[in-house]
Amino acid sequence: MARVDATPTVMPTSSGQQAPVVELQTIWKTYGLGRKNDSVRVDALRGVSLSVGQGEYTAIVGPSGSGKSTLMHIIGCLDTPTSGTYLINGEDASDLSEQDLAEIRNIRIGFVFQQFNLLASLNAWRNVELPLSYAGVPASKRRTRAMEALEKVGLTDRASHKPGEMSGGQQQRVAVARALVNNPSLILADEPTGNLDSVSTKDMLNLFGSLSAEGRTIILITHDSDVAATAHRVVQVRDGMITSDTVNQPDGGMSFEVPLSSSVGRERRSGGNQDPGGDAVPGGVRSAGAEVRP
Amino acid sequence: MNFAQILRTSWSAIATHRLRSALTIIGIFIGIAAVSLTIGLGQGAQRMISDEITSLGSNLLIVTPGSSTSTSGVRGGMGSATTLTIDDATALTSSTVAPDISGVAPIMSSSQTLTTSSTNWTSTAYGTTASWLPVRSRTVQAGRFFTDADVTNCATVVVLGPTTAQELYGQANMAVGQSLTMGTAQYTVIGVLTSAGSSSLGDEDDIVVMPYSTMSQRISGGVTRLSMIYISATSQASLTAAYQEATAALLTRHGVSSSSADFSITSLQSVLDVASSITGTLTLALAALAGISLVVGGIGVMNIMLVSVTERIREIGLRKALGATPGVIRLQFLIEAAILAVIGGILGIGLGYLAGWLISQAISITVTISWSACLLALGVSALVGIVAGVYPASRAAKMAPIDALRSE
Repeated sequence: MARVDATPTVMPTSSGQQAPVVELQTIWKTYGLGRKNDSVRVDALRGVSLSVGQGEYTAIVGPSGSGKSTLMHIIGCLDTPTSGTYLINGEDASDLSEQDLAEIRNIRIGFVFQQFNLLASLNAWRNVELPLSYAGVPASKRRTRAMEALEKVGLTDRASHKPGEMSGGQQQRVAVARALVNNPSLILADEPTGNLDSVSTKDMLNLFGSLSAEGRTIILITHDSDVAATAHRVVQVRDGMITSDTVNQPDGGMSFEVPLSSSVGRERRSGGNQDPGGDAVPGGVRSAGAEVRP
Repeated sequence: MNFAQILRTSWSAIATHRLRSALTIIGIFIGIAAVSLTIGLGQGAQRMISDEITSLGSNLLIVTPGSSTSTSGVRGGMGSATTLTIDDATALTSSTVAPDISGVAPIMSSSQTLTTSSTNWTSTAYGTTASWLPVRSRTVQAGRFFTDADVTNCATVVVLGPTTAQELYGQANMAVGQSLTMGTAQYTVIGVLTSAGSSSLGDEDDIVVMPYSTMSQRISGGVTRLSMIYISATSQASLTAAYQEATAALLTRHGVSSSSADFSITSLQSVLDVASSITGTLTLALAALAGISLVVGGIGVMNIMLVSVTERIREIGLRKALGATPGVIRLQFLIEAAILAVIGGILGIGLGYLAGWLISQAISITVTISWSACLLALGVSALVGIVAGVYPASRAAKMAPIDALRSE
């Protein structure tokens, strides 16, 4: 089985700059196609364009029914757009086979879900190693890497506990460890704090903050503006369209709006401070504020 | 994801749903038990037949008087003719006429009442030559068989079958040297045969064997009327040659053509081949019936796998989101189905074996459950599992991760 390289690859663009991790170009998603009755057709996304650069910490915010979940599914290669182009690390995901998409989900994307979605029958480290086993990592290395990921989320002592024996906050940490274990180029979190109490929520957001400080690219989907405020960039979605795109200053100072017209297909190039084509393995600590340039 | 890990995943899914897995396994288990038992019964029957061939002598030919075919379309009763003579039998012993014939035993037969001082017993008396013993592959357990000299001298000696000896004297080895009355004459028992059981030729243990000359003289009033001639070929391979030689020799002697032959030659092998093919067909029919229960078991597996796929829709979605390819998901469910079926298969072979043992203890039927039958049953059960698993597995594999994750 052919596998893409296990380290996140970043395609250099023709200009020598790294391609954005996520680049959506006028994405439409219509449900109810193929039905006889046209009245059930729903446009969940109506021409969304968005570019997320390497190392960015972005929140996608919107009320339920705004299309943010659909957007997340398309970004996560769990669903395909009806029209438009989606480039992940510069690679067109609309062209990929089911097999290739599975590979991208496995290696390039780490998912964190609202429901944690841990397998109840497996203990923490067995849950964490799942993506590794789908990536074909030999058993001898899986445990070490799973333990490293658990250490990162501070749960080394819970490695042999099953999900039922852990609190919600701990379970979500296991889920984050699972998302990290394959060193993905993107962490995609869908309402990760939706089922957590306020203390665990704070913990979780701190965890995301430190992961971002390590240079991980994070997209967080939420309906909670307080949660969104912890991200460096907030994208508002309403009725299937992006209504605003704001960058928060890391020092808590003023935030400013990104002109929407310019967010199409381009220059939210992060990584302008990185060597072109350089190693993008997360872990190299960079200043979070430098990631996003207005 | 390597095979061992998929195997472990499948196994843990089975282990978490114990009751359901057990019920599914029972379906396959009954089917396999039925199949392996019927095949075991069939193979037992086949073995009994082949044992009989060996005990009777696989190179035995039987010449009977009376034609089984007639040009005029009239069929004479088998054995009703009196065309076989001692001279016919003697002619067949010639090594120039019939080089592939190693022994010839002419047979006269008659039902006789045997009387001793204390009891009496009715048995079948055979008048033959000394070569009867090797031709029929028999041995004596006590005393001796009669000799050519006894035949020439019309000696009043008899050799008894073990059953006959026991009925008359209580114990087989007590019989030798005793005398008995048969018809008007007195005879000395000179030997007792070793048991041969009963065969397609009748009870081989309740017989009286004596020189044909004595029988002709004392019992049938000087007439020598052969009811059959046993011929043994030099080997099983030369059976056909011996058959042809005997046919040619007897046709010449009787001056008839093959279409109006007044005798017929049967090979025991061919009789037993027919019996064997009948048991074979019966076994096949029974196994096919048992196979139906296996199909029902397979449908049970499919049913439970479909339930399992629906129930684990979230898990499937999650695994896909974590990078499981459709192939891996398909394999996981296929293996799960195959494991259920193979466990059922192993238990089924066990039950079949047990039932076979009980049957062979209760009634005297041999049940042979061979390794090849076990492997076949196991292969069939794995196949049933895989076939039954294909549809549920491909449904799981085709599931869009998002639909799977979304469902509650």
